[in-house]
Amino acid sequence: MSASTDTAARRFTLFPTLSGAAVAGIAIAIFLLAFLVLPVAQVLYVAFLDARTGAFTLQNFQDFFNTTLFRESFVNSFYVSAMSVVVATMIALPLAYITTRFNFAGTAAIQALGIIPLIMPPFVGAVAMSLLFGRNGSINLLLNQYFGLRIPFMEGLNGVILVQSIHYFPFILINLSASLRNIDRSMEEAAQNLGSHGMRMFRRIVFPLAMPGYLAGAALVFIKVFDDLGTPLLLNVNNMLAPQAYLRITGVGINDPMGYVISFILVVFSVFSLWASFLFMRGKDYATVQKGGGGLSRRDLKPREKWLAWGVILLILALVLSPHLGLLLLAFGTIWSFSPLPDGFTIQHFGTIFTQSSQYVWNTLVYAGSAALIDVVLGSAIAYIVIRTGLPGRKWLDYMATAALAVPGVVLGIGYLRMFHGTQLPFGMGQMSSFWGIIIIALAVRRLPYALRACMAALQQVSISLEEAAESLGASRSSTIRRIVVPLMTGGILAGFVTSFATAAVELSATIMLVGRSSDAPLAYGIYLYMQSPAGRGPGAALGILAVVIVALGTYLSQRIIERERSRQTTAGDQH
Amino acid sequence: MTQTKAGIRIENLHLSFGETKVLEGIDMVIEPGEFFAFLGPSGSGKSTLLRAIAGFGPTPRGRILIGDRDIVNLPPWKRNVGMVFQSYALWPHMSVRRNVAFGLEERRMPTSKIAPKVEAALETVGLLHLADRMPGQLSGGQQQRVALARTIAIEPQVLLLDEPLSNLDAALRVQMRRELLALQRKLGLTTIFVTHDQEEANTTSDRMAVLDMGVIQQIGTPQQLYDHPVNSFVAGFLGTANVLDGAFDGAHFVTKAGQRLPVTARSDKATRIVLRPQNIRIASSGDGVSGTVRHREFLGSQIRYLIDTPDGQMIVDTLHATGQPPYGEGATVVLSIDSQSAALLED
Ligand SMILES: Nc1ncnc2c1ncn2[C@@H]1O[C@H](COP(=O)(O)OP(=O)(O)OP(=O)(O)O)[C@@H](O)[C@H]1O
Ligand SMILES: [Mg+2]
Repeated sequence: MSASTDTAARRFTLFPTLSGAAVAGIAIAIFLLAFLVLPVAQVLYVAFLDARTGAFTLQNFQDFFNTTLFRESFVNSFYVSAMSVVVATMIALPLAYITTRFNFAGTAAIQALGIIPLIMPPFVGAVAMSLLFGRNGSINLLLNQYFGLRIPFMEGLNGVILVQSIHYFPFILINLSASLRNIDRSMEEAAQNLGSHGMRMFRRIVFPLAMPGYLAGAALVFIKVFDDLGTPLLLNVNNMLAPQAYLRITGVGINDPMGYVISFILVVFSVFSLWASFLFMRGKDYATVQKGGGGLSRRDLKPREKWLAWGVILLILALVLSPHLGLLLLAFGTIWSFSPLPDGFTIQHFGTIFTQSSQYVWNTLVYAGSAALIDVVLGSAIAYIVIRTGLPGRKWLDYMATAALAVPGVVLGIGYLRMFHGTQLPFGMGQMSSFWGIIIIALAVRRLPYALRACMAALQQVSISLEEAAESLGASRSSTIRRIVVPLMTGGILAGFVTSFATAAVELSATIMLVGRSSDAPLAYGIYLYMQSPAGRGPGAALGILAVVIVALGTYLSQRIIERERSRQTTAGDQH
Repeated sequence: MTQTKAGIRIENLHLSFGETKVLEGIDMVIEPGEFFAFLGPSGSGKSTLLRAIAGFGPTPRGRILIGDRDIVNLPPWKRNVGMVFQSYALWPHMSVRRNVAFGLEERRMPTSKIAPKVEAALETVGLLHLADRMPGQLSGGQQQRVALARTIAIEPQVLLLDEPLSNLDAALRVQMRRELLALQRKLGLTTIFVTHDQEEANTTSDRMAVLDMGVIQQIGTPQQLYDHPVNSFVAGFLGTANVLDGAFDGAHFVTKAGQRLPVTARSDKATRIVLRPQNIRIASSGDGVSGTVRHREFLGSQIRYLIDTPDGQMIVDTLHATGQPPYGEGATVVLSIDSQSAALLED
């Protein structure tokens, strides 16, 4: 390099202290500003603008609450979310109680119960659920035949509640079991020692101590349901907030203020719930396990109780497996209508999707793969900057990336549509808002918080002395990162990649707004399209099976990677 | 507050976790109002025994009487035995006041009676001014006192303390053990104190039981156990001990290496003697066991010598007077023992 050229010298003095980390930090900040902060800020801002004049106004909110449909949607969204929390609690509570209080052989079954629902996106199972539990679904046909009654499991909002609570109850199960396990045995023993026992002790000591964990899980379920677009759409329930936002923007147009008002409300609720769940966990960290402690004392079940426990678990297992079962029946069934089971079985639907719809699968692999790649690159860069450098404002990268948690997919979709609507891309790639690359970015932004956590955890396990050792042996900062830090983080990064990939592969709410044409559409959108018509249900379900397989494989892989990492860490630790 | 004093009697108690035997043939009598310590190394079964008295853990075989009531088959909440947990086990979702009131509320005492009792208990431990704090806002020592107040508020017949001082720092530990003893004397409560720290047991307890591997090795006052240990485990566990193997020959104890030591006490069955480091005198010449200084440690008020002798290494403590210690490493010395002070062992 010739240092004598004027421009090079000047650039040097202009940015005297810009290290590689600073450049990366600035680039990431620009990315997050452009694809997260600004689009969302714009959506929130437009909610307060008069559609015609562009002046600041509260009129839109007034219009919103003066419209019966919107008021109803608001109440419905609230009702559905709250009821989903209630039903999910009814499922999770007995499971958590059985695993943490008793010596029970079925604990493995319960753990499986906590994962099975999560590998199927709720919208995928929604149609299958209506065929099983709907008015003319298998269960009601049988009930009607034998008992002469029908139960409206799937009628209107009930359907959304049922599908969502079956999908999301693991959030409550996991949080509640963790807090129950975190209660030290001595908490209970002290109460018994002072004369308390039984239900009274449970109510006064155990339950209050488990409350924060429960509430944190419940808040998460609430907001996931509140924000979800796919499930109500597939069940054809439109009088809820997220579907209304989608329908207004795609139906009435990008300038309709109602879509923005709804987005505003969704964001406010998301932020509030996340904040509340954060407070529940932070303010009252009741983890009371002491050294030598070990969770609540467990007792053996009496034979009768054992039967009862198995009964409860099998019932819940049947419920939890029903979307999977329904989907299988749909995918392999010929015609399934007004009968408990399909008329016959075939593999023809899989043939259909491979000949007609292989682009969905291909697109999904490309989109989710690229998004996951972006996530782990950004995630490890942010993790490194936040944990290992003293860059001013580095915490804000973390905050910005994590803020994506509070942004519902619909809102991000609307934000991109609004922001990149008029932007023409070069080389004849068309409008930026309908360019397939934007789907990748949306997926990447939405999954970044999860990948970031994985990378942070991975980096925290790399002892800083390993880096110092490399540097003291003469390695530069960048070659230390390349040769020491990244290889040691591989496991965590890989786990982050797989998780991002698997969840991005079935994301629907942001992509549904950004898909320009069906040749650009991913799997989730394909399922949505197929499920619109009764004839498309078979192939739609076949695609759904594919989606479930992808997510299940991903979950399994990331679990394996994390476990392998953990055992590697512990064996490495033992050598000290 | 007046408590009904009750003694504890444990008869032939056995306890196992599944196949693992943890306590075997425990027998002891604890007098009413006594401050009694369980002392033993980690895993010796101290906590298990204490918890069995409180009613936690597997049901033991044998009898545990408080006063003259056998409590082995009573559930914990019917025993009226107060236990202070090592971790304090304060409920983090209740204020100090509500923690202390809990036991009284569970006894369905009218509210008007609870308040004064809670205040009295907090007054006793000197924490009345912190009554409305949450446990998370208290220091370790304060939490400890709240745990104590919570337990004495129910006026138990017996007070059980499982390593109550182990979570405190050294200075506070000394202060708290004095306060604990003062409180125990004031209330006259029969108290069992579990510890693996011999100094703690020595300074507080009237009597103590030394446990090892689930078996009681010896029971007695701290001085009895120190001066007259029954076996080398007790001797070694209570302070530093030089244990010499050998046998009696007339007025002398003859060691393995053939040294003849004058020992006043005598027993033909004794196969070992215990010599405390401070009971051995060290001189540069004269009669006695000759040895070489291997190592010297300055301990402040004392100097500790490690001395190679024909019977192996011996530890000798001498008082330190200002100035250079007289014997350096490698010096040849002669050790003579105080013939009154040797304790005899038969194991
Ligand atoms: N729940 C249990 N199941 C099986 N074995 C147990 C259990 N609890 C304790 N033990 C065993 O019983 C023995 C005595 O344990 P205990 O806790 O009474 O020891 P300790 O004397 O209190 O020790 P420390 O000083 O470490 O507290 C130990 O060997 C321990 O491993
Ligand atoms: Mg113990």
